[in-house]
Amino acid sequence: MAANQNKQSKMVGKQSIIFRDPPYIISASSVAGKKEGEGPLGHLFDLIHEDPMVGKKTWEEAESELMKQSAEKALEKAGLKSQDIRYLVGGDLLGQLIATSFGIVDLEIPTLGIYGACSTMGEAMTIGAILVDGGFADNVMAITSSHFAGAEKQFRFPLDYGNQRPYSAHWTVTGSGAVIIADKDSHKKEQGASVVIKGVTPGKIVDFGLKDSMNMGAAMAPAAFETIKQNFEDFGVKPDYYDKIITGDLGYVGQTILIDLLGEKGYDISHNHMDCGIEIFDQEEQDTHAGGSGCGCSAITFTSYILNQLRGGNWKRVLFVPTGALLSQVSFNEGKSVPGIAHAVVVEAET
Amino acid sequence: MSDQKKGSISDVLNEKDIQKRNEFYNQYVKEVTPKFSVFKNSVKAFLIGGIICTIGQFLTTYFKNLGQNEENAKSYTSLVLILLSILLTGFGIYQKLAKFGGAGTLVPITGFANSVAAPAVEYKKEGQVFGIGCKIFTIAGPVILYGIFSSWVLGLIYYLLKRFGLV
Amino acid sequence: MEYLKAFLVGGAICFAVQILLDNTKLMPGRVMVILVCLGAILGALGIYEPFAKWAGAGASVPLTGFGNVLFKGVKDAVDKEGFIGIFKGGFTASAVGISSAIIFSYIASWFFDSKMKS
Repeated sequence: MAANQNKQSKMVGKQSIIFRDPPYIISASSVAGKKEGEGPLGHLFDLIHEDPMVGKKTWEEAESELMKQSAEKALEKAGLKSQDIRYLVGGDLLGQLIATSFGIVDLEIPTLGIYGACSTMGEAMTIGAILVDGGFADNVMAITSSHFAGAEKQFRFPLDYGNQRPYSAHWTVTGSGAVIIADKDSHKKEQGASVVIKGVTPGKIVDFGLKDSMNMGAAMAPAAFETIKQNFEDFGVKPDYYDKIITGDLGYVGQTILIDLLGEKGYDISHNHMDCGIEIFDQEEQDTHAGGSGCGCSAITFTSYILNQLRGGNWKRVLFVPTGALLSQVSFNEGKSVPGIAHAVVVEAET
Repeated sequence: MSDQKKGSISDVLNEKDIQKRNEFYNQYVKEVTPKFSVFKNSVKAFLIGGIICTIGQFLTTYFKNLGQNEENAKSYTSLVLILLSILLTGFGIYQKLAKFGGAGTLVPITGFANSVAAPAVEYKKEGQVFGIGCKIFTIAGPVILYGIFSSWVLGLIYYLLKRFGLV
Repeated sequence: MEYLKAFLVGGAICFAVQILLDNTKLMPGRVMVILVCLGAILGALGIYEPFAKWAGAGASVPLTGFGNVLFKGVKDAVDKEGFIGIFKGGFTASAVGISSAIIFSYIASWFFDSKMKS
């Protein structure tokens, strides 16, 4: 009876979870490409690679290398070895998650591979936090990556093809971000405030029938809307409960749509909404149209900029909502629309 | 304008029928998605396309002066334009031209050549047979298929009309 | 004079296609198919050939010109060889364009690598 009540007390509202022993984010890393390094957040990344091939022979190997390096960096910063990590939860955009499988194979950590498109960081952190809070692991690494060239090749055109990108097109981020989520006992005092994952709201797949494969922001906005709205309802809070509500890669177009959608339901997030895709590039200087995208976008923005703000005391509590567009060449060519998904993670700085 | 927009968004959220809601959403998205100036784009396409065709004209005249007949001069022109396009693709210049000129690089035969060269260069890492061999026509394939097919259909019609003494 | 005609006509076709690209969700691949088929049809209707004679490269360089060449090839083959010409003409007429594209692209793959966009 008591056990049941205990389990019950972690379920909140319709689809959210509150962690009674909030897991700590004890370490984070960001490895980025040249364009990302030249962007507004460039000075915050752990490693920047000028060579888009990262010394490898194919784009896919390059992305694997980025992932390997971000995993190793996160371990280094935590003072841990790969044997110390109980589970790794991660994924990428490529078919069969080949960037992940070849990237982390040498670490020899039991791996739960996942696909959430660009929402992968949110999904990985959600599963990692659940494993740790549930006592199923003492620490978990959540990791993801994306590479501009690999994504273009898979979803759009070979790189040398001459085509024009519309305003609504996003620029897939070349980068990999990792966090290590640990329980209280494994947690050590780090610089600045400790950061915990207070709760999560896993999202549903939402499809508003968008048939434009060049407008991913519009494909994802409805999913972000549903998840964020549900988070407010489940936890019984209003938008200003969070210092910032940060979506993954809605971009300029998706941001407009999200604010409209939530506004229509009585939630005004126009003053505290941020988007990683908007923050990571300078739209004018870097000609990135609607903004950055890709699994790496939300990951490296979170592990560098957002965590910095939390540890530095500028923000106390944020809702981190990586967003994914479930685009597939096959389904799109077969006439289907592009559904979206978004997973919300409540991240707080402990005082 | 903002009232119109808000109106559509409440249509989207209040509509119970999913088909209709999706239609409203697509309409709404079209309204709120900014576009680059269509006129400016079209002028740039005009310029680039015009220049490429002028180069083509120069080549045709040149080959005719060398003594080639009309048809061969045009063939040599295609040959040279295709070669130039592929070289520019290799050096990474064609893509920059295409970003600026859009349809100006897509419409001329140079666009076709670039669409064959780009996969050839990209997929070589997946092997000569399964990479380049299988994927070289990934963009240009439809042009060849439907070009040959439509000329075949029209040819069949022409043959039948001829047969029955109508042409 | 012929250079000016080539410039204006070629440019105009590109201008029109750009408007089409920007105002619809048509992808470049579909546009290329439409242009080729249009060229073949206009050629069959007897419109494209006089147009090409007047506009020169402004009509022959665009993909519509390629479509016209395809039809002309089939027509000539049918005139010369009857039924079998329907199957021979298209590829014969487009032989230079297609083989040069394949051959030069393949050779290019020996020397060039795909480039990251910046």
